Amino acid sequence: MSLKAFHVVFITASSLLAFAVGVWMLREYRSPEGTTGDLAYGLVSLAVGIGLLLYERYFLRKLKNVSYL
Amino acid sequence: MDIPYTTQARPDTGVYNAKVGVWLFLASEVMLFGALFSAYILLRVGALPADWPHGLLNIPIGTFNTAVLITSSVTVVMAWASLKMGRFDRFKIFQTITVLCALAFLGIKTFEYRDKFTHYEVWKTDGSRLTGHIEGKPAFLTLDKLKDAKVEKIHFLPDPHHYAEGRLAARKHDVEHKAVEIPVSDIKRLSAFVPAHSTYFAIYFTLTGLHALHVLGGAIVIAYLLGPGSRMWFTEPERFINRVETSGLFWHFVDLVWIFLFPVLYLL
Repeated sequence: MSLKAFHVVFITASSLLAFAVGVWMLREYRSPEGTTGDLAYGLVSLAVGIGLLLYERYFLRKLKNVSYL
Repeated sequence: MDIPYTTQARPDTGVYNAKVGVWLFLASEVMLFGALFSAYILLRVGALPADWPHGLLNIPIGTFNTAVLITSSVTVVMAWASLKMGRFDRFKIFQTITVLCALAFLGIKTFEYRDKFTHYEVWKTDGSRLTGHIEGKPAFLTLDKLKDAKVEKIHFLPDPHHYAEGRLAARKHDVEHKAVEIPVSDIKRLSAFVPAHSTYFAIYFTLTGLHALHVLGGAIVIAYLLGPGSRMWFTEPERFINRVETSGLFWHFVDLVWIFLFPVLYLL
């Protein structure tokens, strides 16, 4: 597996983490102890998750001639 | 003597030798971290709720460190791609950012560790427990050290809530917390949040300490390839690109470990 393939795996894992943290923080926001900070944290995390997926698409286009092996 | 397959793919594996080597090494690393993760999970599910600290790690700092490592993964792959396009100048810029990210991560981790070494739990003889800071923020104090120094009482600034009350209780700030004096004779046990404090901190420091050593090791290799090792670019560019790729594979592994460590230690 080349660095390109491993990078794709890593960015996918990172975006999944960002989405999971986003959902987690939005659930915290809906709890009785929730704060506006939780809402902001959750929304930023979801935005970062989307941003990472967009970056991944850009990366794959940019390095389309590099092998996955 | 020439070392074979440093640039050309070996026919039976389909890749150059260093890549096979680094993946074998990473397989052993998966076993090392996998064993520690398994230990963590078994300890976590077997612990009583009151004995497993919640909310003691700083989530914003952990999040920032996660962002730092993700950024460093992007720059390490951009450095490699720059070399493939023959842009040595851009490689230098991206790898410098990678090393700076590694140093930032280690600096923040050191700050986090220091914060834990000055944060205490007091087990009193009446059975109650308090967490907080001792006046002057000394590190690594124990009951034996207090007795040896013939200290009669400590000034303690307790946290608003004890971790045994649950994760969400730590987020309430409706309780006034002011310094209290605790006679040393009333203390049954005193410990900073060090590995000896509890199973949680033992596995926390083992996992994060081992990870930090990997970050340091990776940063040293990347810094070498950025500095004296970069001379190879002018004599054997293909081999140098492969060296940068293998160091990047290791760096991605180290970052991927953190992607698992962060939610497990900070959030769950």
